[in-house]
Amino acid sequence: MGTNVTDKEQGHFNAVPDNRGHFGPYGGRFVAETLMTPLAELEAAYEECKVDPAFQAEFHNDLAHYVGRPSPLYFAERLTNLWGGARIFLKREDLNHTGAHKINNTIGQALLAKRMGKTRIIAETGAGQHGVASATIAARLGLECVVYMGADDIQRQSPNVYRMRLLGAKVVPVTSGSRTLKDALNEALRDWVTNVDDTFYIIGTVAGPHPYPQIVRDFQTVIGKEARQQMLEQYNTLPDALVACVGGGSNAIGLFHPFLGDEGVAIYGVEAGGHGVDTGMHSAPLSAGKPGVLHGNRTYLMESEAGQIIETHSISAGLDYPGVGPEHSWLKDEGRVQYVSVTDDEALAAFHLTTTKEGIIPALESSHAMAFAEKLAPTMAKEQSIVINLSGRGDKDINTIARIEGIEL
Amino acid sequence: MSRIKTCFDALKANNEKALISFVTAGDPHPKHTVSIMHALVEAGTDLIEVGVPFSDPMADGPVIQQACERALEHDTSLTDILRMVAEFRENDQNTPIVLMGYQNPIEVYGAERFANDAKGLVDGVITVDLPPEECAEINQLYRAANIDSIFLMAPTTDISRIRRISEMASGFLYYVSFKGITGASNLDIVSVSSKLSEIRGVVDLPLAVGFGIKDAETAAAVAAVADAIVVGSAIVSLIAKNQEDMPTALKEVKSLLQGIKSALDNAGSI
Repeated sequence: MGTNVTDKEQGHFNAVPDNRGHFGPYGGRFVAETLMTPLAELEAAYEECKVDPAFQAEFHNDLAHYVGRPSPLYFAERLTNLWGGARIFLKREDLNHTGAHKINNTIGQALLAKRMGKTRIIAETGAGQHGVASATIAARLGLECVVYMGADDIQRQSPNVYRMRLLGAKVVPVTSGSRTLKDALNEALRDWVTNVDDTFYIIGTVAGPHPYPQIVRDFQTVIGKEARQQMLEQYNTLPDALVACVGGGSNAIGLFHPFLGDEGVAIYGVEAGGHGVDTGMHSAPLSAGKPGVLHGNRTYLMESEAGQIIETHSISAGLDYPGVGPEHSWLKDEGRVQYVSVTDDEALAAFHLTTTKEGIIPALESSHAMAFAEKLAPTMAKEQSIVINLSGRGDKDINTIARIEGIEL
Repeated sequence: MSRIKTCFDALKANNEKALISFVTAGDPHPKHTVSIMHALVEAGTDLIEVGVPFSDPMADGPVIQQACERALEHDTSLTDILRMVAEFRENDQNTPIVLMGYQNPIEVYGAERFANDAKGLVDGVITVDLPPEECAEINQLYRAANIDSIFLMAPTTDISRIRRISEMASGFLYYVSFKGITGASNLDIVSVSSKLSEIRGVVDLPLAVGFGIKDAETAAAVAAVADAIVVGSAIVSLIAKNQEDMPTALKEVKSLLQGIKSALDNAGSI
């Protein structure tokens, strides 16, 4: 650890995507013709907003006063002592309004929707966090909101389903395919292609057709910008390592991106290993998949020999996705980020450890990052540091965990 | 000359409109697909679109989604489909066949290998999620294999995109009659007609219209303004309804198509 892990400047990483939405061979815009013009309109509107001080001011004002940013960078002293290596810092995205990083992006996209004159927003959701964040911002802006959610996910994340309904959103169960996040995305795309005149599709992760991976990344990089500044201001140093879980990869890219050009900062993306990557029952396309085209972009996928998308498995609904954001595929091939995986059992153990040692109940998604940090920290020196993205709170998962452990609530 | 051009030229010479019929390969079982294809031709189909099943058919409605699921229960693959087309060709050398589906199965098969293996069997490819922006390379492979690249146009396709698409397209163009997914029914003949005129101002290829054509009446209305009509979900629904009884399925499909074909003939002669 601590060696120079990149010799490339930040500019190298800021240069993607290109103007056609490509991250090297990945990304792009693989959608039905009906959506090509709406995507071009979205891109044009976003390019305007990016440089519009009024838009940026409104976005940052909402982040400060509605979300509660900046989120703290918390020194986890007991875990640091327990693991006996690098100092552990948690970027507390769980403390955001609605309990996860997802709200950063939904606010940005909802403001974009408003500016484009759209009156209806749709979203897909896996764990329900992006659905809740979308329903929340829709309530606040007075927009109609429809959330597509896999029928199986509705079962495992019932508190979030009720939360969305309380917020006035319509939650539509998706019963096609594997009845999880990927199918919810298909259904949201079908809705969008049908109602494209008045509807804005808020994609929750750094996937989908261009310009979504870029838009979501840009809105989420507030995480990494803050963490970088907090480390420098509070500890007068950059971290030696970053760790974040990767499903679609929005919390990870948000933390990683501002550090990509920092030589010496090792970066780890943690995929959901499910029952173990060698069992085939997992959601780790970067660890065990190959490139293909799904949901509007080219990226690493979990797919069969015949090119069909295969069923994934993870204890965490938010990571249960057969693809990954195209920028992660590129960063893997570039060698800038190392992608690893942890199993359901390891994530579950880290969930309990974080809860009992630090008094922080992490989301099962974020528990994957904690589980990898537990392995990484002891290999590093005590004066080194790791920043882990604690991307969401775990209250939504307590039913799942109780069920696994045979406890009736 | 490609079978597609021969087919459209012959119809045009007789002032007739083309009936394009869609069926998902492998639905309800791979063993039925070739006989379904022959039945489509017997009922008056001029060109067959063979759906390549995909696990995530994001532009399709429930009817074709479920057809994909049934086909994939039997692991119907692109390899199987090329074999089916070869078997069909043993008894039918003339009917053009267009494969329609999504990019991933082709990408995983290998674009170059696919173009080589499909050469001589398949006459065109429609890849729903492959717009002109992403297909320059594969288009060359298709062209070299004498396979037409059939593109979709939609109500949202503006004049600059019409030009861009027409530069890449060959065979015919497929106009999607409304904003939506397959199997829906929001067909508005006035807006279809005005968009087709706009497209004709730029493109010299035959124009097929699909989405929302489910019976003789809608077919005749569209045929009055288009060169070809595409019937998809209506056929697939009949197969789904009678999946345990293929003779009845074929009978009902034939009866639907014969009705549509005679409506087209009447529309053509007006």
